[in-house]
Amino acid sequence: MSVVEHTMRKFLNDPADVVRESLAGLAAAHPDLVRYDAEAQILVRAGTPAQGKVALISGGGSGHEPLHGGFVGRGMLDAACPGEVFTSPVPDQMLAATKAVDGGAGVVHIVKNYTGDVMNFKLAAEDAADEGIAVESVLVDDDVAVEDSLYTAGRRGVGATVLLEKIAGAAAEQGRDVEAVAALARRVNGRSRSFGVALSSCTPPAAGKPIFDLPDGEIELGIGIHGEPGRRREATRTAHEIVEVMVEAVLSDLAPAENSRVLAFVNGMGGTPALELYLLYGEVDRQLRAAGLEPVRNLVGSYITSLEMAGASLTVLELDDDLVALWDAPVHTPALRWGV
Amino acid sequence: MQAQTIIRWLSEAEGQIKSQSDYLTQLDAAIGDGDHGTNMRRGFDAVGKALAGQGDTTPPGRLLTVAGKTLVATVGGASGPLWGSALRRAGRALGDVESFDGERLADALDAAVEGVIDLGAASPGDKTMVDALLPAARALREELGAGAPLDHAVRAAAEAARSGAEATVPMRARKGRASYLGERSIGHQDPGATSAAIILAALSAAVDSSRD
Repeated sequence: MSVVEHTMRKFLNDPADVVRESLAGLAAAHPDLVRYDAEAQILVRAGTPAQGKVALISGGGSGHEPLHGGFVGRGMLDAACPGEVFTSPVPDQMLAATKAVDGGAGVVHIVKNYTGDVMNFKLAAEDAADEGIAVESVLVDDDVAVEDSLYTAGRRGVGATVLLEKIAGAAAEQGRDVEAVAALARRVNGRSRSFGVALSSCTPPAAGKPIFDLPDGEIELGIGIHGEPGRRREATRTAHEIVEVMVEAVLSDLAPAENSRVLAFVNGMGGTPALELYLLYGEVDRQLRAAGLEPVRNLVGSYITSLEMAGASLTVLELDDDLVALWDAPVHTPALRWGV
Repeated sequence: MQAQTIIRWLSEAEGQIKSQSDYLTQLDAAIGDGDHGTNMRRGFDAVGKALAGQGDTTPPGRLLTVAGKTLVATVGGASGPLWGSALRRAGRALGDVESFDGERLADALDAAVEGVIDLGAASPGDKTMVDALLPAARALREELGAGAPLDHAVRAAAEAARSGAEATVPMRARKGRASYLGERSIGHQDPGATSAAIILAALSAAVDSSRD
């Protein structure tokens, strides 16, 4: 048996500063779009608060870049609250962000369904209410790998988060009111399902070694976005066969209407190149069409990641005219840009 | 017991969490994401700094409230709000009194456990910190009821927390990130229950040294 030696191959100064230094770098690269408030540890859209516009805030552990900071800007988020790597941010961050972006039309918190995120956002919403700011919270829980039952913390929020932030952000930009934006966000979550596969683990900078060991020839099926092991470990197989597993898992749960138009989102986990992601998209496109669906929109790339993990997730969103129009609406953020 | 007991407890907890940080992280890597030790350590470091600014005349309940708020503001994840809630409820249970007895300590521990259960909605057997805290609170109450001296009672509580944490090994996680693993969470000790047991052991050490 060979001894595997793990060395961390990362660009770092002090590992404890990785999040703050990265946020400062993002702001330095996009001063026209975002401002980094180092004291409050938040990224805020340039020009906020926009009076009369519903403000959208999201946040969560770091390590999922470009989520969420890369989605702050026109037509998407008004602020992002990054925690330490894979650790929920603290309520003070969400409260500071809420106060910074509140333009009098209401604030929507987009919360991925993880125990820590839910608790910290809940405390922040209570604090905001104490200060007279009404917050609508929207929970994202699209991961079909976790059964939603009394025996789990419920489904995780994964790929649908990106789609929801784009679509709800467009609706807020159009001037829809806070109830409408929140209802729309919940509709996107309700019509989305995701499933992820890992080909490798990943190494949190503070830990310095991979979260789990994945022997050659094995893959983790049903992973989340925190480097945690998946629901099961199986022998590796062809991309075609892996996509079959993903498509089956997603469609059997989503149960889209026949001939539905869908958005197919092939997301890289951080360590899988575009070469392979497009190969996967080709398989996804064929298999969705074979299942009687029409993939009229897509997103291919690494948008909600798990550090440098090799792997991918598939998210399918069942579309309607409103969702298509909102998806196509202009967006200008560090990580997503079209129509401008 | 007085403010000094609380300061000793949290300082002892800071030291214990620090020295066992790698162990906690290792437990968390098996069924979570491998940062429990780092997060708790960051939080208790901050508690140490926050309490250093408090005078000896601060009521013990107030010290717990400050510690709870500090943990919420620095730990993140689920442990931050849960421990924050636990210590703030305990602080409220002690109120403004300058000194407190075993019964009042048992009230505070009960309040802490209630705070955790209210926020996290975990039941015994879900493989969480509740599996360490609840047996500890019960043991403290029972021992005091049976007339045990305070230090014995608190030691029994710490021991119950430790056994409770060990008893999480065969459990299947039903709350938190470990629950995503389903059956694969079985066979691992819960990191949250383990850090809870460490914090209860620190309480026992603080009560022991208060008697010296």
